[in-house]
This record gives sequence, C-alpha cells and structure tokens, in this order.
Amino acid sequence: MRSLSPLPLLLALLAGAAPARAVEPVKLGALLSVTGPAAFLGGPEQKTLELAVDDLNARGGLAGRPVQLLVKDTGGSPEKAVSLAKQLIEEDQVFAIIGPSTSGEAMAVKALAERSGTLLLSCAAAEVIVKPVARWVFKTPQNDGDAAAMIFEHLKGQGITRVALLSSNTGFGKAGKDQLEKAAPAHGLQVVLSETYDKAATDLTAEVTKVKASGAQALVNWSIEPAQAIVVKNVRQLGLGIPVYQSHGFGNIQYVKAAGPAAEGVIFPAGRLLVAESLPAANPQRALLLAYKHAYEARYHEEASTFGGHAYDALLILQQGVKVGGLDRARVRAAIEATRGLVGTAGIFNFSPTDHGGLDASAFLLLTVKDGKFVPLAK
Amino acid sequence: MTTALALQYLVAGLTYGTIYAVVGIGFNIIYNTTGIINFAQGEFVMLGGMTAASLHRLLPLPLAVLGAVALTTLVGAAVELTFIRWLRRPSVLRMIIVTIGVSILLREAALHLWGEGVRSLPYFTGDEVTALELGGARVSPQVLWSLATCGAVVVALQLFFHRTRTGREMRACAANREAAALCGLATRDLVTLSFALSAGIGALAGCVVSPITYTRYDIGASLALKGFTVAILGGLGNAGGAVAAGFLLGTLEAFSIAVLPAAYKDVLAIAILLLILFLRPSGLFGDRELARLGAS
Repeated sequence: MRSLSPLPLLLALLAGAAPARAVEPVKLGALLSVTGPAAFLGGPEQKTLELAVDDLNARGGLAGRPVQLLVKDTGGSPEKAVSLAKQLIEEDQVFAIIGPSTSGEAMAVKALAERSGTLLLSCAAAEVIVKPVARWVFKTPQNDGDAAAMIFEHLKGQGITRVALLSSNTGFGKAGKDQLEKAAPAHGLQVVLSETYDKAATDLTAEVTKVKASGAQALVNWSIEPAQAIVVKNVRQLGLGIPVYQSHGFGNIQYVKAAGPAAEGVIFPAGRLLVAESLPAANPQRALLLAYKHAYEARYHEEASTFGGHAYDALLILQQGVKVGGLDRARVRAAIEATRGLVGTAGIFNFSPTDHGGLDASAFLLLTVKDGKFVPLAK
Repeated sequence: MTTALALQYLVAGLTYGTIYAVVGIGFNIIYNTTGIINFAQGEFVMLGGMTAASLHRLLPLPLAVLGAVALTTLVGAAVELTFIRWLRRPSVLRMIIVTIGVSILLREAALHLWGEGVRSLPYFTGDEVTALELGGARVSPQVLWSLATCGAVVVALQLFFHRTRTGREMRACAANREAAALCGLATRDLVTLSFALSAGIGALAGCVVSPITYTRYDIGASLALKGFTVAILGGLGNAGGAVAAGFLLGTLEAFSIAVLPAAYKDVLAIAILLLILFLRPSGLFGDRELARLGAS
C-alpha cells in the first residue's frame, strides 16, 4: 500500500473542509447602466461600489460575513434591467439590490422588488420611484421636485417670468418635465415652450432655434446624457444670451470638459460633493465627502461625481440597516425606515414610513461653472 | 416666421444633413463593390473619432486626423481579410450578417480600450462658442468643415469610380462578381480595397463630426442609422445622392421641429423615407438597374 501517498488524502481533506470553515458571503446585487447612454451614471456607480465593498470587507463585511458584489450591466435599458433583476432575485438570491442607475429602469424593476420582498436601493433620482411609497424600495439621490423648486426660486429672484424647457426622452427627462410644468405656475412662471428630444441626439440646433423663437428669458434643460453638453454649445453658437439651467444630472465634470467655454455660467442644483473642499469645517458632511472623494480619485484617477456618491449612500444605508436589524430582510427594511440623521454624500438622510427618499431641499446647493470648475453660485 | 429664423432652421437642417451625409457616403463604397450594406460602417465612424481624439494628445490635429484615417483604413482591410475573404460562398446575406457581427466586436473592443466616457476632437476652427454670422443666422465653423469634407469626398469618389481603372473594376465587381472574375479581375482584392476605403472615409467623417456630436464607443449605431437612411434615400451606390438626401432629411427634420413638437422629428423622417421607398424602391437618385442587381 505504499502507493497511497498522503498528499491526495490531505488535499481531499482540505477540499472537504474549506467550504465548511469559510463564512458564506452575503450576496449584494447591483443593477447599473455601466454602458450605454447613461454610462456617466453607471460607470462611477460601479467603481464606487467596488471600492466601498472592498473597504467594507476589509473592515469585516456585513454582520461579520464578507460581501460578494454582483454587478449587472443593464446598458440603460429598462427591459434588460427587468430580466437582470429577475436573475439577481431568483437565481442569485441576493440580499439586496443597489440601483438601477436611471429612473426609467427603476420604475420598471420596482414591481419585481415589491413582489419578491427584495430591498431595492435606487440610485436614480425621479420622485415617482418612491412616491407613492413602495414597501421595499428606497432611493438615495435628491428629489427632482426639490431641484425644480430651487431653480424656479432662483429664476424668480432674477425677475424672469417666461421660461423654456427642454428634456430628453428618458424616465429622468420625463419625470423632470412633469415636475417643472407642474411647479411653474406656483412660482409665477410661464412655460412658453416645452420640447422633448431623443436621448441619443447629436445636435440640437433646431430645438434651440425654437427656444430662441419662443422669446423665453431662460432655458431649463433636463437630461442625463451628453445632450446636456450639446445643448449649451448650441445655445452659445446661436448667440442666445439667456441663462441656462440644468438638472442635478449635470454633476459630472466631464460634461463641463466636453462643452468647453460654452459651459461657463450654467446654473444647476447639486449635492455638496462637487464643492466639498470649499465647505466650512463645521459642515457635518465635509469629512465624509472628502474621504469618499479622495479614496475614489486615488484609485481611479478621475474626478468623483455625485452619481458615484448615490451608490456610496445606498451601501451606507444598507450597512446602517444591517447594523440595527442583522441579516434579516424585514428587519433591515424596518431599520432603514427608522433611520434618522444619517450623513451621506447626497445629504443627511431622514427616512420614515411615508418618506423613502429621506432627503429634502437642504441637500441641494445651486452651483455654477466658472473657469471650467464647479463653484457654489454667489448669492 | 422671420427670415432670420427660417434661415436659422435651415442652418440647423444643414448641420443635421451634413452629419447624416458624411456618414452615409461610406455605405456606398462597399455597396458599389459587393452589393451589401456594411452594418459596421457606424463603428468605422466611431473608431475614426476615438482614435483621432487619442492621437491628438500626442500629435497636432491634422496629423491626428490623418493617423486615425490611416489606422481605421487598416482596420477596414483587416476586417475583410479576416472575416469576409474566407467565406466559401460569399452570398449577400452571409456578408451582411458578418458585418453585423463585426460591428458588435468593434464596439465591445472600443469599450474595453477607451471606457464609457465621451471624447471629441477640438473644433478645427474656433471653439465651442464660435459661430459665423450669415444673414441673421449663426453657424458653427465645424459645420462648414463637415460640408467641405462631404463635397471633397463626393468629388473624389465620383472621379475614382468613373475615371480610374480600379474604380471601374470595383463597379464591375458589384454588377456581377462572377463575370468580373471571368474577365480576369482580382475580385477578392477589390472587395478588400472597398472595405479599406469605406473605413477610411468613415473615419474621416468621425473626425469632422466629433466636435459637434462627441464620440463614444456606442455612437456608431445611432450615427449609422441616419447615415444608412440617407444612403438608401439617395439611392445606394450614389455618394452624391446620399449627400442630397442627407440635406433633404436634415432640413425636413429641422423645419418639422419648427412647426411640430420636436418629439415627432424622427416619426416624420421615417414616414417620408417609407413613402419614398414605396414610390421609388431604388431611392431618389438611385440607378434602378444597379438596385436590381444589388438585390439579386
């Protein structure tokens, strides 16, 4: 029996023993539009989650178990998001899902999360995602209604009464358009033109000509695609001197770089991440914002954007929920609903059974572009 | 509508038209030799823009454009040599399916190489806010660059296909590949040449439109869709027809925005395309004989 070497035996023992000793990881799904027209959102979100999950695992994971991140690229398509969400819920049986990146996708997978009782922490902004409240669905970005109100308040302060709206044909654009049209009369504003363009638009000269013809005193554009940069170029090329406002979807410096000098003076509401360095030392978000920004920029050599921050906040909220409720879905859900005063990148979250967004208008700051950089708008 | 405003819509139409046309031209060359539509044409346009944007970090603009055109031309030739040449029976359907596969391959390769961000070349003249005043309307100089490129390419192709031996051989190859081969033409090499030429022209289009439209790994499909539309509308195989159809479609779209909600822009464009194809299956300026041959 000499041929029976101890090595295979040892290997067999090890192989059998290893799974028993290792702790089963907690599966965390991420539905992100890493590619496609909304890659500006999903790209930083994926990078942020990879960074944050590595960090979380180095600190012991969730409730003592390592986290396994499963990123699914939806390409920004609601249909694909639905089938990938099914895969995450039914096959991978994930504990929770972070994402989707865009509002259209979030609306499409909302019902699935509700039916299966899976926590969905949306990185998409439209208020309709959590209004009316869905039991299992939360969202981390600020409200588009608050963004619209903030822009309109500023317009009113400038003595402007006639405004033109442009929006892209996406869930985000549609939701913004509805909010803006609804909120305008309350602020004493008249919407003289409201046009929708294709999300893959390559030039918007004709749309901008129509804005010029409408006699609007200001333009508000609502989209998340590169069209945001195209529209400001076309406005300036046509010599249209009116102020241009963008949504909180403008919070990626790449759009400013793409639009060059045309981006100067664009006004938009955004979270404080983009101007973290210039915040007063007493600001409760400052330390967290700088820590996230520095970690992201050190690892990926590109500037952090508010979108990555939304994914960061989603993981933060989940951590908080697990800290209180353990690894039990129903208890985590209840714990998130009871979370108050949680400092995130987008603002300070105060959830309640009637508010699954957790942020109010104070999470926003009006920013503008000066010398190719985001700066707080001088009052 | 005031004249200045009408003129401004016309300029908008010209801008759309020149983007469609400069992309649409590329479809005609491969069609002229093989009778197929190259569904990877949009990816050649994307590759041109992306490569030039990368090269421009090291090289001055004209050299970056030249380099991008040269590299994409090589990619075009490589695509034919690798995927098309070895087809046992190169039927039209098979070649078209191969080009669809190639388009996916190039798009994914670009995603891995360049990531998901948008890039662009700087404006050839002036910058993002520069515009020339034309009778009350304003036009970006880059639109004029695209127009000039369109014109130059159309003239060059016209001369090439009708005045040079190689060009005539390529057309013979499209009309009847077997007969062309029987006459001693190296039909396979001509097909390779057509892919290389088509890729090069696509890349040039990608360079001149990139300051206007930006470029991204997946922009090929959306540019190619309208380019393909005007290539069909103008009559396949006819570069001048593609340009005329491009301006027609662009102007129609711009003026449709003036009177209808902008969201209906594409509905109108596609409705007109269908109507024209219904009445004239070979396109506005198409050669009925060539269209029949191409379809067979």
